[in-house]
Amino acid sequence: MTRTSIGRLLGGAVAAMLMMVHAAVAEDPIRLGDLNSYTRLPAFTVPYRDGWTLAVEQINAQGGVLGRPLEVISRDDGGRPGDAVTVANELVVRERVVLLFGTLLSNVGLAVADFAQQRRVVFIAAEPLTDAIAWENGNRYTFRLRPGTYVQAAMLAEEAAKLPATRWATVAPNYEYGQSAVAAFRELLSGLRPDVEWVGEQWPALFKIDAGTTVRALDRTRPDAIFNVTFGSDLAQFVREGRDRGLFEERAVVSMLSGEPEWIDPLGAEAPEDWIVTGYPWYALETDGHVAFLEAYRARFDDYPRLGSVVGYATIHSIAAAIEQAGSTETEALIEALRGLEIETPIGPIRYRPADQQSTMGTFVGRLTVQDGMPRMVDWEFRDGADYLPPEEEAAKLRPGG
Amino acid sequence: MSFFVAQLLTGLANAAALFLVAAGLSVIFGVTRVVNFAHGSFYMLGAYLAYSLVTRLGTGLAEFWLAVLLAGLAVGVIGMVVEIVLLRRLYRAPELMHLVATFAVVLIVQDVTLALWGPQDLLGPRPAALEGGIIVLGERVPVYDLVLIVLGPLVLGGLWLLLNRSRWGILVRAATEDREMVGALGIDQKWLFTSVFFLGAFLAGIGGAVQLPREPANLMMDLNIIAEAFVVVVIGGMGSIGGAYLAALIIALLHAFGIVILPEITLVLVFLVMAVVLVARPWGLLGRPEAITSAPAHGVGPEARWQGRWLVPTFAASLAALALLPLATDVYGLQVTTEVLIFALFAVSLQFIIGVGGMISFGHAAYLGLGAYGAALLVHHLDAPMELALVAAPIAAGVGALVFGWLCVRLSGVYLAMLTLAFAQITWSAAFQWYAFTGGDNGILGIWPSPWAADPVIYYYVTLLLSSAAIAALWRARFAPFGYALRAARDSELRAAAVGIDVRHTRWLAFALAGTAAGLGGGLYAFLKGSVFPDVLAIPVSVDGLVMLLLGGVNAVLGPLIGAAAVTGGRIALVAETELWRAVLGAVIVGMVLWFPDGIAGTVRRGFGRGRR
Repeated sequence: MTRTSIGRLLGGAVAAMLMMVHAAVAEDPIRLGDLNSYTRLPAFTVPYRDGWTLAVEQINAQGGVLGRPLEVISRDDGGRPGDAVTVANELVVRERVVLLFGTLLSNVGLAVADFAQQRRVVFIAAEPLTDAIAWENGNRYTFRLRPGTYVQAAMLAEEAAKLPATRWATVAPNYEYGQSAVAAFRELLSGLRPDVEWVGEQWPALFKIDAGTTVRALDRTRPDAIFNVTFGSDLAQFVREGRDRGLFEERAVVSMLSGEPEWIDPLGAEAPEDWIVTGYPWYALETDGHVAFLEAYRARFDDYPRLGSVVGYATIHSIAAAIEQAGSTETEALIEALRGLEIETPIGPIRYRPADQQSTMGTFVGRLTVQDGMPRMVDWEFRDGADYLPPEEEAAKLRPGG
Repeated sequence: MSFFVAQLLTGLANAAALFLVAAGLSVIFGVTRVVNFAHGSFYMLGAYLAYSLVTRLGTGLAEFWLAVLLAGLAVGVIGMVVEIVLLRRLYRAPELMHLVATFAVVLIVQDVTLALWGPQDLLGPRPAALEGGIIVLGERVPVYDLVLIVLGPLVLGGLWLLLNRSRWGILVRAATEDREMVGALGIDQKWLFTSVFFLGAFLAGIGGAVQLPREPANLMMDLNIIAEAFVVVVIGGMGSIGGAYLAALIIALLHAFGIVILPEITLVLVFLVMAVVLVARPWGLLGRPEAITSAPAHGVGPEARWQGRWLVPTFAASLAALALLPLATDVYGLQVTTEVLIFALFAVSLQFIIGVGGMISFGHAAYLGLGAYGAALLVHHLDAPMELALVAAPIAAGVGALVFGWLCVRLSGVYLAMLTLAFAQITWSAAFQWYAFTGGDNGILGIWPSPWAADPVIYYYVTLLLSSAAIAALWRARFAPFGYALRAARDSELRAAAVGIDVRHTRWLAFALAGTAAGLGGGLYAFLKGSVFPDVLAIPVSVDGLVMLLLGGVNAVLGPLIGAAAVTGGRIALVAETELWRAVLGAVIVGMVLWFPDGIAGTVRRGFGRGRR
């Protein structure tokens, strides 16, 4: 054996070993930590999980991110903030995830956001609606995807201002989401229409509405229009009892989230007609991005997407784009990449604003109707979140935490 | 005027639905003395079964009522099975066992319902004949409300006839009065109790089924109704059917008119009424006072001795092992252990009330929460440092326990337990609804330890030091003359009073002491999690404490420590492994209740005793 051939052989062996090492690195997945209320609120979190599952599978089929596949370690937070912090800790310490994402309940989202700041780990709050997570309690490690209460209220207030109604009553579950939704709606509508009078308010306990008495108490104030924030089993009872008592006859109703399939579909043919709502008309949205998403989703899960599915899907795409852009999974690099990140989602492009780390995701505003026994939104229009968020300089001032 | 009539009719309809559930709970309690936490699950199952039946049978009027009846019967059978398999073996056990065992049923039923019917709310179709409304005094009243208004008194009358005019009813009433005498007269109590359970579960099932035209069947029905049903039973008087109807009326009308005047405090109103009734008339509006007996009131069982030879070395060895733990585990392991230590303190303080004091508390979370909120509010509103907040936490909880305890120790048995529950719920409602002060359900954030203790290892040592000191102090009190006096009062109130022990005063101090210790745990919990939310005051935390006692052993000195480790550590591990963790936890509890009622520590000790003999 000549010297060169030995050299060639050695060289080949080294190269082969290097390639093996490289292959091992390439297959070493990027671990992402997900937590959500899978046991407490399965109806709303399971579609979300399906959404991110689809995104992960699609991204991995195309070779992953930075040449590495994505792997999601998913946990149940039990719907309890204290448990969520324990779970987040486990994901970070034991599972060594590079970032956290998920949560639906506002208080769970806030607890995890605070944890993320304490432990210096990026957290994408996918679904919580409270604006405290982006503003009062915002921190540089937390990004929020979904349009918050303020944006949704602003879109509805704009529609409400076009109505002739001047006497308004509100009904909302008595907890933070309901209170901040009503506060924002009142402020914005009164700003647009100084002649509006607020004649009544009802605050049923969350998921414990006493629908008959609530309806009667609202009716008694003789409003021209009603702003509703109740959802879930409360909404179904409110609609039934309200209809039986004629509450909605010749009255406009403006209702938050009631066009989202996860909240309105359980009502089936009994869904109220003509309510002005924010929601997600998956059955009628025919943009290319959405049609592709819809087909892939249906093929994979044999079910139609809910809004949560879009949110889960967009969350993973945000993360993948951020890692790709950062070129690493280091926290500081990810924060830099996420600030100002622009991606495409099934319902349109979004951008994470650097000032308040809130995405500009928008939503659809339309009127409810019933077609073939199912609730549907008609006359809907997409509203971009960027047009309704406070300007970035103002939003930055809302964040004492910077 | 017409508004008030209409609102009154709505209130009456709501009362009927509530009455059906509460009547079943009351009948079961009256005869078997079981505090049935699973009653809410029976109600939920009734709604789900009715949904399945109505969608299959069709929506005619006759089909609807047939579905309601069948759903009730099916739930009755489920209730019988629960009674035969589980509760029949527990009648001689303390109330604590009933509560924990039936709570295990709640956990299992939740997962089974989710598996069978799926996660989405199910809005049942309703018969066309029952839709819409008719005009009463110018206001439209739903037809279905009128049906319910008639149904309530109908069921009340039927129950009255059943209990007063049938042989079975006479036996049931006899058993409510004096169980032993009924047994001595040769009546087969076993089947009497089983049939009572059938009736109770049947009523709950009907209650859930008739709710279907108003409320979609959903997975939160069980816990939503149970607290309210307890309130109704307690206000009406346990075991009194008429009382249940009266109390259901009061609660429903309170809601109907309270909502007009004070729409924001509906949550707290019912529990305030319950607390007032319990303080003024503990046996309820139409109930009868329980006679004080000289027998050990609550069957807590023989007292563990100081076990001088083993306890101190065991405790010292565990402390040494725990002190070395940071060498063996990572940050996550340490923080889980920190949580276990906090709940160990919580469980030991609960044992001080229940095991040593013989007072069953269903609301111990109140003191953990008062401590946590005391600390967090100081930090949030006054920028207090951690050290000061940790001093304030036990003080806040201690003051709370002094106030609540002063009222609670006037009662005994289940009534005391219900009053502790009422106070815990009042505290919870305050934290949940007093938004400006407590942040409501958005909680209080940013409660992190002072910089010197921010390292999880240091914070672990802080917790280890404080909770073991507090646990040692509680043990010291337990085996001091004060503790003996407390036990004397537990085992025989009359004899204790006869030898000059001020029973009420002793119990009051014990209550305050335990509350203070739990408050310290709450303060530590706030800084461990970095935030406080109303959940920490909620019923599941109180139940967790009871489960810890049960798993560890109610009387064993080391029991609460073992129980806290098993429940806290076990749940954290289970949640990471399976989404069916509720069912698994429930099954474990049922197994413990049935086969190891002395808990882990008690079983081990018994095993040792046998080995030595």
